[in-house]
Amino acid sequence: MKRHVPWILTAVFVVWLLSALRIPAPKSAFNTNAFGKLPVLANGRLKPLDTVARTSLLMLRGKQSISDADDRALTPSEWMMDVLMRPSAADKLKVFVITSPDVLDQLHANLSQGKYYSFHELQPYLNEIERQSALAEKAGESPTGEKASGSAQSLFQREILKLRDRIVLYNRLKSSWLTGVEEHLRSEDFGARVEYLARAAYVRIVPRANDQDWQSAWQSLMETMRVGGRDESKPLSESLDPAVRAYATMANAYNSKDAPAFNDAVAKYRTALETNFGKFLKKTDYEFRFNAFEPFYQCMILYVCIFLLALFSWLVWPDVLGRSAFWLLVLTFVVHTFGLISRMWLQDRPPVTNLYSSAIFIGWAVCGLCIILERIFRNGIGSLTAATSGFITLLIAHHLSLEGDTMEMLRAVLDTNFWLATHVVAVTLGYAATFLAGLLAIIYILRGVFTTSLDKPTAKSLNNMVYGIVCFATLFSFVGTVLGGIWADQSWGRFWGFDPKENGALLIVLWNATILHARWGGFIRERGLMNMAVFGNIVTAFSWFGVNMLGAGLHSYGFMDQAYLWLIGFDISQIVLMIVGGIPLRHWRSFAKQAETAAAVADAAFRPAAVR
Amino acid sequence: MANPSATSVERVIAERPSAPKSAEVSAALNTLIRILKPLTSLRLTIACLLLAMVLVFVGTLAQKDLDAFYAQKRYFNSWFVFWSPAGKDWRVPVFPGGFLLGTVLLVNLIAAHVWRFTLSAKKLGIVLAHIGLILMLVGGLFTSLWSRDSRMVIPQGGTSNYAESFKDTELAVIDRSPADHDEVVSISAPMLAKEQTIQHPKLPFTIKTVQFFPNADVNKRAEESKPAAATQGFGTRLAVTPQPETTRPEQENLAAAVVELSAASGPLGRWLVCEQINRPQTVSFGGKNYDIQLRRTRYYKPYSIHLNKLTHEEYAGTNIPKNFASDIRLVDPERHEDRDTLIYMNHPLRYHGETFYQFQTLQNDKFTVFEVVRNPSWMLPYLSCLIVAFGLIYQFGFHLTKFFEKRFA
Repeated sequence: MKRHVPWILTAVFVVWLLSALRIPAPKSAFNTNAFGKLPVLANGRLKPLDTVARTSLLMLRGKQSISDADDRALTPSEWMMDVLMRPSAADKLKVFVITSPDVLDQLHANLSQGKYYSFHELQPYLNEIERQSALAEKAGESPTGEKASGSAQSLFQREILKLRDRIVLYNRLKSSWLTGVEEHLRSEDFGARVEYLARAAYVRIVPRANDQDWQSAWQSLMETMRVGGRDESKPLSESLDPAVRAYATMANAYNSKDAPAFNDAVAKYRTALETNFGKFLKKTDYEFRFNAFEPFYQCMILYVCIFLLALFSWLVWPDVLGRSAFWLLVLTFVVHTFGLISRMWLQDRPPVTNLYSSAIFIGWAVCGLCIILERIFRNGIGSLTAATSGFITLLIAHHLSLEGDTMEMLRAVLDTNFWLATHVVAVTLGYAATFLAGLLAIIYILRGVFTTSLDKPTAKSLNNMVYGIVCFATLFSFVGTVLGGIWADQSWGRFWGFDPKENGALLIVLWNATILHARWGGFIRERGLMNMAVFGNIVTAFSWFGVNMLGAGLHSYGFMDQAYLWLIGFDISQIVLMIVGGIPLRHWRSFAKQAETAAAVADAAFRPAAVR
Repeated sequence: MANPSATSVERVIAERPSAPKSAEVSAALNTLIRILKPLTSLRLTIACLLLAMVLVFVGTLAQKDLDAFYAQKRYFNSWFVFWSPAGKDWRVPVFPGGFLLGTVLLVNLIAAHVWRFTLSAKKLGIVLAHIGLILMLVGGLFTSLWSRDSRMVIPQGGTSNYAESFKDTELAVIDRSPADHDEVVSISAPMLAKEQTIQHPKLPFTIKTVQFFPNADVNKRAEESKPAAATQGFGTRLAVTPQPETTRPEQENLAAAVVELSAASGPLGRWLVCEQINRPQTVSFGGKNYDIQLRRTRYYKPYSIHLNKLTHEEYAGTNIPKNFASDIRLVDPERHEDRDTLIYMNHPLRYHGETFYQFQTLQNDKFTVFEVVRNPSWMLPYLSCLIVAFGLIYQFGFHLTKFFEKRFA
């Protein structure tokens, strides 16, 4: 029986994953799923409304979930329907997260208790928020050039700017639909108003043959109303673009709580899209499924399970639990790969295009390398390391996703799949391998110092693993860095400019080269190798995140502020680990025990002779 | 310190030379070896690598407040990193600079490989990787010696036949009287800064720098009572406020100078020349008109580039640039070239030893700016990358197969 445990366990998780692939039916009579699938253009990319809803919720409140006044959980698409079509209801939903006590004080708040506030609650303070933001922006500028980087802004000011940006985003979302159009039509400065709203609209709902030509509802309205733009004998509403009319029908049905009419309008619009704009739907439909499946979230859960299985395999049932962890790891790798490839297909891009995708990729690469290590050494170390790094990198990725759409469009200089596929992939593999070597070294140190489980064969296998991975890291970080130089030569005319990001990569190459030379020269042995590998974590973290924080403050709101503290904390933790690793070997529990055994053996060998 | 492998390496080195013919030669050789041997040491390699890491790290952090150009000059394109106390003139070297570390590493690399060179399949990868590295370091040296970058600014529909320096300044004296060309005499800023009298056979007058400001603000004279900066030209209405030289990111120095022109017959007057005012002033002498102007140093080309059209696209509803592209016409009478081509991001034009990159656009896309780079050694990194990559793959592949053979034998 016991020997079947790994298979049974893996099968259970496969079933669980398959169940997560099913898209849950809408909770109300309104077909929110069909609505969420509708394609729109936002931030220059075609995506389902569901993606807009999810990324907006993440940016506004740091979570994809929100509940209505009756505490009923809304799906992101349901919330989006309120924002677009029934803003008066959406304004009452607690959608803005404010955690800064300073900001809450400043708005001194008859605000209800808690972290989350509705637009309705913030409305009386909008002027004050605007005033404070203007002050904060002034503080962020450098009038004389004398010592005025981002640090010139106080924490309060950075937080107020964050809140302001959230309110702007929320208003832009609302401007995406023709709310209050009758009132605007009656006003005197109608033209200016519509033009403003056309610019402000966050989501462009009116399809065009070319994806960059999609229009917002207001743009489309302007075009229709332009002199000669329509048949004057017919009423305006009949001349509107079919997409605008379709959304209007949905909005009317939604507001009169007529679910069948709403569902019918969505279905009809969908059919029209399939006829005229079918080519766009393949990807947006896939993305909708991808969102619902949340592959990286599933991976995080799986990584936790693998971690526990591998850890316990060192205490009990090494074979059964070890194999269970391994096969679960393979399953997780499949899911992680699925997520990675889906993103590549959706974007038509190589795997790494921004910081978010680099986190996903590093986790994936470490996982792949660990599967190979585990296959060779079969001691649970590979599984445990993969689980740790997989979980941490995906957690980092989650925090990065709070900044907005993770599949953002690439600025012109990055718009080259060749270099993204070669330089960026190679360098990121270099990061991944250097981190992996560091993680393995941490396992060596922790097990050696605090447990008696680091026996000779385990120590030797860890030594081989770390050495092999450092070689791998040297190769990829070197090739990646030089390819980066060649890219720079192609696009800016210089091979090397000692730019911070380049220097970060160079540091990794230099450090890995130092480790290898120190080992070849015999200056370090097993423990030295481990301590140097741990320092590699600090070097890589600096290169991955640290250099992005050089201009910290001015251009980096949100995660980067906190990330700075996390980075410092991480560096300190690594230094502590190196200090622990620096403890003389005779005080390591594992080696103390071995020394005792050795002494006992020597004793035993010696005594009979002495007796004789 | 127990260090078997390191000592064994050094022993091999010491025994290497073949037995010399006479005792004297032998003694001399031995001395030479004793002096040179440390250059081959692996310890030296590691020391250099570690120092380089510190240098790179510090040079990176410095770029928070220091423009990349100056950071590079101070930390990487230098023999030593100097420190000087605030407001003092003297300075002390506190750390080896990029040139020094690069040179020592290069010597170390070459020396070590010359000493230890053995051609065997086992070492082939290592040797190749290091040959590649030597190439790369040499390439870096050549680049810092011979490469020059400049920019070419062309308005929509306009034409240009010169590039200008990013940082260097010149005083140009231009005689426009020849029918088919302009005669330009250029005086570099360091020459002006010496505040000496300058003579040139093509000029009928001498130029003496009265004052030179590496960075200055030029404004309308506030009060008539204050002395004017110059006696001739637009300087009569202006006053100069010296500014400290800046090395901060995204700021530039605008030089200014007051020059006195004199002919054999006596002084012609004083002119204010400054980069802030981007137009020439005319000096009439001996029936001829000369234009004088302080400007970024220009490099004239035997060909010209005409900007047909500049395109700047953004993704719909965002400020994210999607594409910058300059549609240009290249006309070179000497080489009989006359063709249209497109320069855009990651797609430069290589022509006549120089490369034109789409760099930026100015004033709401009224101007395109190309970065123009001359770097004769640009191929070396490509070559060295290939060699190193091949060497490393070979070497680590070798180790890996050995490891698997042992493990799964």
